[in-house]
Amino acid sequence: MMEQTKKRGIAKRYARYAPLFLMMLPGLLYLVLNNYLPMFGLIIAFKDVNFAKGILGSDWIGFSNFEYLFKTRDAFIITRNTLLYNGGFIVINLVVAVGIAILLNEVKNKFMARFYQSVVLLPYLISMVIVSYLVYAVLSIETGFMNNTVLPMLGLGDVSWYSESKYWPYILNLVHVWKSAGFLCVVYLAAIIGIDQEYYEAATLDGATKWQQIKAITLPLISPVITMMTLLAIGRIFYSDFGLFYQVPMDAGALSDTTNVIDTYVYRGLMQLGDIGMSSAAGLYQSIVGFVLVLLSNFVVRKINKDNALF
Amino acid sequence: MNNESRVWQWAGHFIMIVVAIACILPFVLLLVSSITDEKTIIQNGYSFFPSKFSGTAYVYLWNQSEQILRAYGITILVTLIGTTVSLAITSLLAYPLSRRDIPHHNKLAFFVFFTLLFNGGLVPTYLIYTQYLDIKNTLWALIIPGLLMNGFNVLLMRTFFKTSIPVPVLESAYIDGAGEFRTFRSIVLPLSLPIMATIGLFQTIGYWNDWFNGLVYLNDPKLFSIQNILNRILTDIQFLTNGSMSTNASQGLAALPSATVRMAIAVIGVLPILIAYPFFQKYFVKGITIGAVKG
Repeated sequence: MMEQTKKRGIAKRYARYAPLFLMMLPGLLYLVLNNYLPMFGLIIAFKDVNFAKGILGSDWIGFSNFEYLFKTRDAFIITRNTLLYNGGFIVINLVVAVGIAILLNEVKNKFMARFYQSVVLLPYLISMVIVSYLVYAVLSIETGFMNNTVLPMLGLGDVSWYSESKYWPYILNLVHVWKSAGFLCVVYLAAIIGIDQEYYEAATLDGATKWQQIKAITLPLISPVITMMTLLAIGRIFYSDFGLFYQVPMDAGALSDTTNVIDTYVYRGLMQLGDIGMSSAAGLYQSIVGFVLVLLSNFVVRKINKDNALF
Repeated sequence: MNNESRVWQWAGHFIMIVVAIACILPFVLLLVSSITDEKTIIQNGYSFFPSKFSGTAYVYLWNQSEQILRAYGITILVTLIGTTVSLAITSLLAYPLSRRDIPHHNKLAFFVFFTLLFNGGLVPTYLIYTQYLDIKNTLWALIIPGLLMNGFNVLLMRTFFKTSIPVPVLESAYIDGAGEFRTFRSIVLPLSLPIMATIGLFQTIGYWNDWFNGLVYLNDPKLFSIQNILNRILTDIQFLTNGSMSTNASQGLAALPSATVRMAIAVIGVLPILIAYPFFQKYFVKGITIGAVKG
């Protein structure tokens, strides 16, 4: 008897919430389709994919895709490139974004400050395809601004930018900071604006210079935000901006030594070479290491400040 | 104003002007190149101060405008449908998650959250969308994969609902006999316009700028969005003449002022967003700050 009323209670409770569950249905289904099914699809890295048999029906081949992948020089190159580029991006973006944010905060003319901020954010707004047109206008071998105007002015000869890989670490770092420092700058500026003005008033009364105030007030007070943003970026260090490494070098094979990262390797394996085994092995490698790094960085964030942790 | 702060003002303005110029200059080069005479470019390259201007590239594109207009149509259609559906399913998922009283609400939140930590990557996603859902070479390919909804936006919206919609209001609606859908429509939505506008804006920009889905899932140029057209022309200028719209391909190729047309089409691709930017930049900045602080 008791049991029955309890059951009816649960049924009633679910009936009460049925409309809410119904609301969630489309979103949850999309996550299953777009996120969870591909997670299970990662098993294809251990299979010899055969479309006639389907993903589930294909034969298991254990770790041989990984053996092939890690025997090649590619595995080392793409890991090295991914880590070095993203590491460089984190440092350069941090310095540039904090620097610009501090300067923007010093500019007293509100109209100009807003103007500068809008302009700095502009590159963040446009697509990587447009960025690669801009880069092409500068670097094109026959008609580019560098080869036709800048290098002759310096008395230097032409450079075949799209076939000499040694320049690309500089180019990609430059393009990346140009495109994305504005975003971080807005984040840091918001943190600086949030600092209580009384600190600065007290410091000014004590005769502190602007520079001393920046070092002793601004930087320490925004350092939690800096730490969080940086740790989050470190957590994503195994994932690259595909557009930057694929579009901007215009998919040039000659540059692959310095422009190939895990994401472009996976894409080329799948779409251009049709080597699904290799491609999916590299993809799984990225997913697993990426996952571990996200967990680790969040663990560190949590140690520092619980409120800023993702979980 | 004392001496020191005057120095800071000058230094601040000076450095910011240099930074601002560095941000704008590439766009200027693009624009000037697109209105330069073709022969001048072949001789002197793209430059800020060309010796001869010409509108030939735009005339050429005007004559070929069918494909560009079509691509714009597709971009606008995909952006409208994508953003609308995205806002609908995101808010419909986020609202129940924001309610502490529904059964299993922690498990459900984790189900959403886990998608931010771990993902299957390109290969399995591609296989599922092409082998099992057959969206290759359909308009769905530009709308559904990756962009339609992400867990981060859901959690952002859930936080908003949790903090901005008073529980007593919801309770009194329930007591007055309003159903959940009615409550959602007439109480929750009107109170959530700020977050809807923010997320809607970012979704709009996301769809407008997307070229990746087209690159991966489309071969048919008839379905190309403007970004896909740009992407294709960058490496293959002949696409303009032997793409779907040109009837007399060989004649077209001979007359193609490729160095300037390339830049002109990029200008046409980027112009709408540059024109719209001043109107939404305030919300854009606000959105970045909300998103960065806490998901």
